[in-house]
Amino acid sequence: MLRFALRRILQIIPTVIVVALLIFVIFSVVPGSFAASLFSDGRTNADPQLVARLTAELGLDKPLHERFFTYLWDLVRFDLGTSFRTRLPVIQMINERMWASLELAAAAMVFAIVIGVPLGFMAALRPGSILDTVTMIGAVSGLSLPQFWLGLLMMMLFALHLNWLPSFGYGGGSFRNLILPAMALGVTPLALLARTTRAGVLDVMNSDFIRTAHAKGMSESAVVRRHVARNALVLIVTTVGLQFGSLIGQAVVIEKLFAWPGIGSLLVDSVAIRDIPVVQGTILVIVLWFLVINTLVDLLYAAIDPRIKQD
Amino acid sequence: MLKTLSLAALLSLGTATLAWADEPRHGGTFNFTAPYGSAFATLDTHSSPNIQEQFLTFAIHRSLYSWDSHANTPVLELADSVDVSEDGTTYTYHLKKNAKFHNGTPLTVDDFIFTYERLATASNALPGASYINIIKGVQEFGSGAATEIEGLKKIDDHTLEITLDAAGNPGFNLMEPTTAIYPADVPLEQQAINPVGLGAFVFKEHVPGSQIVVERFDDYYEEGRPYLDRVNIIVMAEGSARDVAFRNQEIDVSILGPVQYSAYQADPALKDNILEVAETFTRNIGFSQTQVEAFKDKRVRQAINYAINSDLIIERLVKGKAVRATSWLPFGSPAFDTEAEPYPYDPEKAKELLKEAGYENGFEFEVTATSNESWGVPIVEAILPMLAEVGVTVRPRPIESAALGSTISAGNFQAYMWSNLTGPDPLTVMRCYWSQTPQSACNYTAYSNPEYDKIYEAARAERDPEKQLELLKEANNFIQEEAPVWFFNYNKAVMAHQPWVHGLVPNATELALQPYDDIWIDDTAPASRQ
Repeated sequence: MLRFALRRILQIIPTVIVVALLIFVIFSVVPGSFAASLFSDGRTNADPQLVARLTAELGLDKPLHERFFTYLWDLVRFDLGTSFRTRLPVIQMINERMWASLELAAAAMVFAIVIGVPLGFMAALRPGSILDTVTMIGAVSGLSLPQFWLGLLMMMLFALHLNWLPSFGYGGGSFRNLILPAMALGVTPLALLARTTRAGVLDVMNSDFIRTAHAKGMSESAVVRRHVARNALVLIVTTVGLQFGSLIGQAVVIEKLFAWPGIGSLLVDSVAIRDIPVVQGTILVIVLWFLVINTLVDLLYAAIDPRIKQD
Repeated sequence: MLKTLSLAALLSLGTATLAWADEPRHGGTFNFTAPYGSAFATLDTHSSPNIQEQFLTFAIHRSLYSWDSHANTPVLELADSVDVSEDGTTYTYHLKKNAKFHNGTPLTVDDFIFTYERLATASNALPGASYINIIKGVQEFGSGAATEIEGLKKIDDHTLEITLDAAGNPGFNLMEPTTAIYPADVPLEQQAINPVGLGAFVFKEHVPGSQIVVERFDDYYEEGRPYLDRVNIIVMAEGSARDVAFRNQEIDVSILGPVQYSAYQADPALKDNILEVAETFTRNIGFSQTQVEAFKDKRVRQAINYAINSDLIIERLVKGKAVRATSWLPFGSPAFDTEAEPYPYDPEKAKELLKEAGYENGFEFEVTATSNESWGVPIVEAILPMLAEVGVTVRPRPIESAALGSTISAGNFQAYMWSNLTGPDPLTVMRCYWSQTPQSACNYTAYSNPEYDKIYEAARAERDPEKQLELLKEANNFIQEEAPVWFFNYNKAVMAHQPWVHGLVPNATELALQPYDDIWIDDTAPASRQ
């Protein structure tokens, strides 16, 4: 188990290096520069001397390879650089926003698990029933609906018409402010979990060992509890892990819509003004989060199903 | 000679539809929205030229001058009076003696020198540097050739003498939020964390990506102001989300886009609380005179202006949220010629001009534009069939908004569509067509005409404000005739406000920037705002 864990953790390193390289290259070649966006936005006359001065001060006039090695060397020392705009360490800016994003992603995931898994389970136990049909129609709809549009609908229903919840904002960390964005973000993983759980449970239910368990006279509830649930868990855990890992990235749109102070809105604004250190740092943290969660999931289902680590 | 600065400028067409109650009322919370981003990039407002950060500046800081939205002119803010020398280059300011920073320190000349030296220091690369460079010696100080700014002189603690490089009204430059006065006794690093200023409100809290909270400053120098106890400046970049929050009475004001503008006008519950103003922005398509041979001919440029039905586009696509542009200077500029007429829609005249210029078989060009609904690709697509009718083929070249400025400044375009700041100072604005102005600054079309240069240089040298305005009017009319751009429209900014909000002003420089110290809410506001 230890070797398996070590191997999975070591795989993160080359992935991070490749991602870092890609981010660096992409944002080095896209048109637009921070200095130009600061001084030449149509409101003020861009003073070429000022632009050149700022470009030099930020080191953006150095050759690409030199900048890349400096960036990598800083990364090795866990230094994500300094924001062009705020002159604050990027790590500090991410730290200020990361927790709100994690809070939102965790709440969305809890919402998805608490509703999606039982629904999928019940639908699989009664295939073809009204519950199964409704669940699957709901799941397909949940997967197809754009989160942005769904968020707006929720705002209109729960904030404007019913007046139950605030329509936007962090509210100093209030639970009431968390509900709508978490639901809007959680609908896609909920739908996916319901479908995956249903498929996983149906697959196990049709297995020979389940028939054997029934033949041995085991009660339905005991079969579901002891055999079906455990075997379907691998697929469910995988889906939960993948979804949780990608939720931080997906939250960009929802954070902007609900004025949620997370890492997503930091990324969007930084791209717009070409604050490259913040863009690089933020994307890297999102990628790292995804990799860490995936590794944890791998380890978890290796624990659930020992056959996996042997493979 | 003592002169009180006053520019008889009647700039904007503010059509405030405010329901004014009799007596302003003290107290309450104002939920203001910051719609131009998903966050505040910095609290050190010197380092950002963007409107998003200026919401904070307006609450916390003050500059030497401020903008009077009713008179449409810069007015003294931190001084009670000013003496101007005969040659118009030396200004002696008598500073307000009751002005104090939020830390209790009284305002003195040292704070001005501290602030302007910070802005002028080259290594700081602050956007405010381009505004204070009208002061004598700023360039030398910036480059390290001098240890102090020659044009700044402390007469005593409350008397500041500023000498300009050339005569002119420094109010337009020194009212800019990026030149706000910082206290000399507060470390600069603190301004990025817990800003201290002279404004009517004290910084209380910043939740990154969410909101900034400011509270009433009891020692503010304006008697009886501010009225509000607290202002929450809430980040809300998404128009549709703002719409829901506004209708739900969670926010007190909302900047409207074209679609919302139509919806609010049609809604009896909302239509009476809309404030609109023609802002000092001119939407246009600039024609590169270095990249496209045809654009060197005035008749071709004029033909394009005749060939496009601007009114139709404003009505159908911009939903009436714009004022038809006549020329470069906006409708409310003091140098705008009210007698001038915009180019009429006349395709036959366009064809005639193209034929005269030798382009009866047409020509092709591409327009670099962003996805902006009011001055981007959707508008370029609308003009395609109109120009095709006169034989001109246009191709849109989409570009991300962050890259538009640098692409245009670098001259990397055949034509571009942009919304350019064309106010409030007409002298600064008309400089953009002076041949000595580099393309990278604001002469984006690389326009050059000795006749125009002559008019502009005469305006620049003129000391009499009235005569100077006449010359600038002439310059603007000359540019209209020359048509270096397609004059599309002037932005009509629209702000919806709740019925209990009073004191909003039709700020033509940027409607979203409001004087928080003049705003008050009446007793019909919900309990959460009382």
